[in-house]
Amino acid sequence: MRPLLERLERGETLVADGALGTMLLERGLPPGQCPESVNLERPQILEEIAGLYLEAGAEIIQTNTFGGSPLKLGFYKLEDKVEEINRSAVRAVRNAVGDRAYVSGSCGPSGKILKPYGDADPEKVYYSFRKQMEALIAAGVDVICVETMVDLAEAACAIKAAKDVSAVTPVMATMTFDATPKGFYTIMGVSIEKAASGLQEAGADVVGSNCGQGIENMIQIAWAFRRCSDLPLIIQSNAGLPKTEGGRVVYEETPAFMAEQAGQLLAAGVSIIGGCCGTTPAHIRALRQMVDAVADG
Amino acid sequence: MDILERISEKLLDGDDQEVGRLTRQAIEQGLPPRKILDDGLIAGMGIVGQRFKVHEIFLPEVLMAAKAMYAGMDELRPLLVKEGVPSAGKVVLGSVQGDLHDIGKNLVGIMLRGAGFEVIDLGNDVAPERFVETAREQEAPVIGMSALLTTTMPVMKNVVELIREQGLDGQIKTIVGGAPVDAAFAGEIGADAHGFDAANAVERVKLLVGKTSK
Repeated sequence: MRPLLERLERGETLVADGALGTMLLERGLPPGQCPESVNLERPQILEEIAGLYLEAGAEIIQTNTFGGSPLKLGFYKLEDKVEEINRSAVRAVRNAVGDRAYVSGSCGPSGKILKPYGDADPEKVYYSFRKQMEALIAAGVDVICVETMVDLAEAACAIKAAKDVSAVTPVMATMTFDATPKGFYTIMGVSIEKAASGLQEAGADVVGSNCGQGIENMIQIAWAFRRCSDLPLIIQSNAGLPKTEGGRVVYEETPAFMAEQAGQLLAAGVSIIGGCCGTTPAHIRALRQMVDAVADG
Repeated sequence: MDILERISEKLLDGDDQEVGRLTRQAIEQGLPPRKILDDGLIAGMGIVGQRFKVHEIFLPEVLMAAKAMYAGMDELRPLLVKEGVPSAGKVVLGSVQGDLHDIGKNLVGIMLRGAGFEVIDLGNDVAPERFVETAREQEAPVIGMSALLTTTMPVMKNVVELIREQGLDGQIKTIVGGAPVDAAFAGEIGADAHGFDAANAVERVKLLVGKTSK
């Protein structure tokens, strides 16, 4: 496999995978259990899911380590298992994809609010992320994905931690924005402009957005990033906002709808397109077909 | 500008030292504690909630304002207790089992306190039994539950069922909220109310407190 960043520099568009959490639930993860506990107990499920996304056409596949930092695992008293949890997740995806896809080490928020607004010491948050990054990188990820961030200072801690552990491992960094009358902001008040410059300054190689309120907003977010950043962009959208129907949680955007809309992400120059909450292998397959159709022109 | 307006203003600035100092000054001037609470701190937090709702300010400003409110409350609390000023009501609050996204829940807690409620915050990952036991022990008429993950939403139903099983219907009301939680879901699981944002949750809790029977 050619290095990821080299392919992005050549102007290729890559497809990433979709949601993991909902797939885990469908396979019997009890609600309320630490999603990363699967890594220790039933890593074969992770292999199966990675295989489904690979088969659907994803070239970047994430590890089940969104909450794999010691601070976050501490909520479940699993902070002593950081290394095993992260290593096992990387192995599962690698077993499934070999060198047919990039293994992307997922890293989500610490669950703490940094000082002065909250009580978390930024240095502690940095070292928490650093421990996770050490485990992910030692286990052989191809790329790190710092995602669903809302606080720029916290995102910077994670990005720096990854770069300090390995300067050569590429880092993608995404934040989650809400639509407001004044434009897109994270709940902590970070604008897209600030996110683009702040993430780059911290060392991110690819920047963008994930989660959010659906593909249509993501198109606007992508254009806003494009206007203020020269870095390759990544967009991983939710399949709309979750709704409940008969006690079940549903996401409204169909694979066909998402893929049709996602054509506009290509127009905005997005390099990596994938899915977040509510997306399935069917969504990724539809995105793959759209990207291939555009490439074949 | 009178001193209570200044308290509100400094609270909006998130200046905890000034709010503490002005609250002490208001007490020394002999203003009734209830009035300082209502027209200073609660009035200020009301504006904060409104501005947050329309995205004029974001979470950092709300958190700083809350710190300032608590600084004022610390000065007032002994007097409120001494004079037997009743709180607006007690609310047991928490994120449901396994849910670690507590920003939404914390916001609701801040806004409830800012509206004069006594909040017993059980934090994250709260088991159904703990919600109900705490509400019983504390004689709190309302349990507020938050979830930000679709995976943890079903736990809310367990709390509602537990209240029924223990025959506490009517004594303990439930309100649910969080990004994936909507009014339809609240209805399906038999919760008494749904708060679509922090400000709305406060309005709903006010109505619930009025409805409970002892």
